[in-house]
Amino acid sequence: MRLANILKLGIKELRSLARDPMMLVLIIYAFSMSIYTGANALPETLNRAAIAVVDEDQSPASSRIITAFNPPYFSIPKLITQSEMDRRMDAGIDTFALDIPPNFQRDLLARKSPTIQLNVDATRISQAFTGAGYVQSIVTSEVSEFLKRYRSAASLPIDLSLRARFNQELKKAWFGAISHFMSNITMLSIVLTGAALIREREHGTIEHLLVMPVTPFEIMVSKIWSMGLVVLAASALSLMFVIHGLLAVPIEGSFALFMAGTTLYLFATASLGIFLATQAGSMPQFGLLLMLALLPLQVLSGTLTPRESMPELIRYVMLAAPNTHFVMMAQSILFRGAGLDVVWPQFAALFAIGAILFMFSLRRFRQFLK
Amino acid sequence: MSDQPARVITPTTVPVAQLASVGLSYGATRALESVSIDVPSGCLVGLIGPDGVGKSTLLSLVAGARVIQDGHVEVLGGDMADTAHRRRTCPRIAYMPQGLGKNLYPTLSVFENVDFFGRLFGHGKRERERRIGELLQRTDLAPFADRPVGKLSGGMKQKLGLCCALIHDPDLLILDEPTTGIDPLSRRQFWQLIADIRADHPGMSVVVSTAYMEEAALFDLLVAMDAGRVLATGTPQDLLNRTNTTTLDDAFIALLPEEKRRGHKEVIIPPRPAEDGQEVAIEAEQLTMRFDDFTAVDHVSFRITRGEIFGFLGSNGCGKTTTMKMLTGLLPATSGTARLFGREVDPTDMAVRRCVGYMSQTFSLYSELTVRQNLDLHARLFSLPPDAIPARVNEMAQRFDLTDVMEAFPDALPLGIRQRLSLAVAMIHSPEMLILDEPTSGVDPIARDSFWQILSDLSRKDNVTIFVSTHFMNEAERCDRIALMHAGKVLVSDTPAAIVKRRAAATLEEAFVAYLEDVTGTKGGRSTSAGPAISAEPGRIPVPSRGAERRRQFFDLRRMMAYALREALELRRDPIRAALATLGSIVLMFVMAYGLNLDVDNLSFAVLDRDDTTISRDYTLQIAGSRYFTEKAPIADYADLDRRMRSGELSLAIEIPPGFARDLERGRKVEVGAWIDGAMPTRAETVRGYVQGMHADWLMKEARELLGRRAAVGDFQLELRYRYNPSVESLVAMAPAVIPLLLLMIPAMLAVLSVVREKELGSIINFYVTPVTRLEFLTGKQLPYVGIGLLNALLLAAFAVVIFRVPFTGSFLTFMLAALLYVSATTGMGLVISSLTKSQIAAMFATALLTMIPATQYSGLIDPVSSLQGAGAVIGRIYPTTYFVTIARGTFSKALGFADLWRELVPLLIAIPVLLGAGAALLRKQAN
Repeated sequence: MRLANILKLGIKELRSLARDPMMLVLIIYAFSMSIYTGANALPETLNRAAIAVVDEDQSPASSRIITAFNPPYFSIPKLITQSEMDRRMDAGIDTFALDIPPNFQRDLLARKSPTIQLNVDATRISQAFTGAGYVQSIVTSEVSEFLKRYRSAASLPIDLSLRARFNQELKKAWFGAISHFMSNITMLSIVLTGAALIREREHGTIEHLLVMPVTPFEIMVSKIWSMGLVVLAASALSLMFVIHGLLAVPIEGSFALFMAGTTLYLFATASLGIFLATQAGSMPQFGLLLMLALLPLQVLSGTLTPRESMPELIRYVMLAAPNTHFVMMAQSILFRGAGLDVVWPQFAALFAIGAILFMFSLRRFRQFLK
Repeated sequence: MSDQPARVITPTTVPVAQLASVGLSYGATRALESVSIDVPSGCLVGLIGPDGVGKSTLLSLVAGARVIQDGHVEVLGGDMADTAHRRRTCPRIAYMPQGLGKNLYPTLSVFENVDFFGRLFGHGKRERERRIGELLQRTDLAPFADRPVGKLSGGMKQKLGLCCALIHDPDLLILDEPTTGIDPLSRRQFWQLIADIRADHPGMSVVVSTAYMEEAALFDLLVAMDAGRVLATGTPQDLLNRTNTTTLDDAFIALLPEEKRRGHKEVIIPPRPAEDGQEVAIEAEQLTMRFDDFTAVDHVSFRITRGEIFGFLGSNGCGKTTTMKMLTGLLPATSGTARLFGREVDPTDMAVRRCVGYMSQTFSLYSELTVRQNLDLHARLFSLPPDAIPARVNEMAQRFDLTDVMEAFPDALPLGIRQRLSLAVAMIHSPEMLILDEPTSGVDPIARDSFWQILSDLSRKDNVTIFVSTHFMNEAERCDRIALMHAGKVLVSDTPAAIVKRRAAATLEEAFVAYLEDVTGTKGGRSTSAGPAISAEPGRIPVPSRGAERRRQFFDLRRMMAYALREALELRRDPIRAALATLGSIVLMFVMAYGLNLDVDNLSFAVLDRDDTTISRDYTLQIAGSRYFTEKAPIADYADLDRRMRSGELSLAIEIPPGFARDLERGRKVEVGAWIDGAMPTRAETVRGYVQGMHADWLMKEARELLGRRAAVGDFQLELRYRYNPSVESLVAMAPAVIPLLLLMIPAMLAVLSVVREKELGSIINFYVTPVTRLEFLTGKQLPYVGIGLLNALLLAAFAVVIFRVPFTGSFLTFMLAALLYVSATTGMGLVISSLTKSQIAAMFATALLTMIPATQYSGLIDPVSSLQGAGAVIGRIYPTTYFVTIARGTFSKALGFADLWRELVPLLIAIPVLLGAGAALLRKQAN
């Protein structure tokens, strides 16, 4: 009996959605174009970083260094004077400016250990670190090559063999695709369920439901399953055809396991949507709450920057957010091919978060009707 | 079919509106079919006819609110299909759409609502105050000038709607069912008001549609319509003569085509058998409901026995609906008890709900489902046996005459048919008790009669208890007993005949009005005649002089400000929204700038040390000692390594081969292995850089120890100078970059919803029928949110400097100027999105999708725009956030001023008119 109600109310939600063509267009866009663009936009490693060189030495050694900077990592270095350097960096034209001092080559050969100055625009924080490392290693190798011609230096015969696992070429498109995919799942599931509830209230239909033999529990579950199903179907198709097919991102782990995890995740985010809706009085308020919730979820979940590097407090607080667990789970299954033995804590966490949010919303439900 | 207007009674011969073979379809439904009428000027013309015959559609065409599909509509001497003419004439037309206060703004006060319309029509402040003062005085609304419209009763809302319509002194007043859902007293006052105004302003033409035939009897000219066609035109007397009838109700029924008339017969409710009336079905005992400071229902008690039809009468807002809601369990009573079938009302009691059918006053079914789907859904929710459902649905459709519209969506149906659908839904499960809140408001006479026939059958044959509220006196007379309610109290409760007798009144209506006038102490209408007094004494209250400046130009600041001020007022009335918009951004900036750390550190690593010598341990120590890495338990073997990397526990695994130290001493080549988790490429790259650097450092240090002077001392030194943010703190870099993000998303969301909300809730009609232009509407809507955006910019900058101690080194003026341009652009983006979407859900999702992703990914927040590729790079280059990020970073961290940054301002400056233009081009000025 109850199941029949839940089923029927859910089908009603699906029908409502089908009546909003703009929404369907947006869903399709979110799971195809948006992911495709997002995946291909991120630069592969350091890309065409703007560099300028002040060559005060004008020696073979200095020109050797200058010619070593090439695309795709760096742009062809612009030769500038010291006075130009500050202005260009202020205007954000150059991210790196290398200053080779006068008599650099002479001092180098005389083992006087001269100093090269590298100016880095630290507001471009993502390029600043990796880029500085690259500049350092390029300059070092050029200098030692240069010196080899003059003298032989002994060094230790240890090689470091570095290999990346799970994404050997460190293709950012793989990562970009999955992270866009995840953030669109989050956004859509929260908006759909939350707004569906507020709309029922604004149009007075929820009142009608509550005089019928239908419980708030049934109303909430029906919204969760129906909207969850829409997102689940969209994400399965997107994962198969857009991410795996079009973008050729290999899926290491089990597709079914990932979908199972996504289902749990949708339970949590849909409950979050309902929870936000019961807190908001009207659609504009819900819109704002949505932004207030989505932004931190999106930015701090570990999709944009690694979780380990966040301040400890944030890391703990974000454990309460379903995204964090979903991101961990998705990366483990999709990239690292992890099985249930590895991701079960995330599964459990998602279920627990969803259940808690669901309980909270259920409590708020009658109050929400006012 | 007579198309000839009765010109006899027209003071002038020039028609105010001429319709020639007008047709209109909603999808497959034909709403109007070759309608031709001339509406004479200076008259009160009424449209009568059953629900869904196209009355409202016709009125909206005349008002210019809807696009003309076929035929020709000429109003006030020009073609309504011509935009220029529409713009010229719309200040001379006033249109009041169907539905109680549909075009009013519930959070605004009475005065503010009228004031808004005054501004739209370009009146100056003094002119407005004078006109509003007069209108409110005249409609007796003056004492309530400060009350929010949402708290007014239905009758007051209608009067206020009329004030709003009359503020600009129109030549043509169009009222779509203005008295539907209004109690008799208010209805009288309403028509008195119209009569007064017409008396003062003889040139004004009024076109009204109505469901009350007693009202129609007093109009100058009637147009009877059916099925999208005009049946007859003439004075009420003409129609009576033509049909040989004595009342308009009968005349109207006689005018209908044969097949529609056939089913109709007088409703006669047989008396209740005497043995009934023992078992109490509904019982209210001292039922009270208090909202804050106001008592909506004050100690109400009554008993309704099984099978009784109990009527509930009273002015709008007297507590009828609240009482009904308490009985259904929707509202918990403050005190007192309500019992259904002897059981106290309990919102969790499913069994009781199954025997109750409830119909609420406002249409509350799903507009996204067809009529059939709505019936089917409710049948299933009441758990009717699945195989019986189709038959039951069809039965209800037949009973309520819905068979022709089964596949239609409720939005496309007129009020009357929607009401019938609600009724059908309330009765689908054959409940033992019906609680009906004004079920027949807006329903035409025939349908009403057939509905009462059903009620009669249910009560007398099936012993169903019926509790019904109504404003129709002839319906009240049909009830077994009625209760008259006012201001939360039941004034009298008895059989209709007894009540009439007790007041010694001629009709129930008179008795009703007499009771109300007793309590309110006012004499309702100035005239005691029932209905409008067409020949009201002239010139009592001077109508505002005509000839207020009529602004026709393309852009009028005052009209724009009307929308801006209204929007700002609504925002002020919703402090939660305003607080969320400002405080919310600050909280967000705090969380994000604090949490969004681009330093990659605290990475987990572990070692598979197969050498386990002092030297190998020293190598490990080098990594473990750095601030970037945290060492985890050593790796046991390859399987362990694989498992721990797969789970994401380790970002880096180091393998030191056996014989590492020995080979090193002997100068043999050795290889240290390092595995990096590549799942997050950016992190992996950073890890690679760190490991390489540490490896090199260790080598140099070790070489010095092992090889002594033979080793090269560092050949050269590379001095790293991080500029603008010397300690490379993420916070300093991130706070200025987070500000653009927040100034994008929140103002855009606010702007989008402000427009789409009007579309979804119906007040967009004011934009259709007033002289406001698209650009004025959009900029007016935008302005308050630009203001909020600027305030946010100021607050965010202040918090960044004071709380986060992010130094502000550049020109603050430039930053604020850029912020102004930027929020203008971001709210502009919101307006473009709003003109593309109809539902608030789609609007919200579109905004989130189209702002969050481009802003976080393509605008230089993390990866510089110059390094992006493909479509992302294109988006990044045109996206306003990109430029504001540069400006924010420049002014915060790089000590830059206007001279350095003006180039970045240009794209923002271009974006504003482009976005506004696109928004205006996409927005429609008429309903489709």
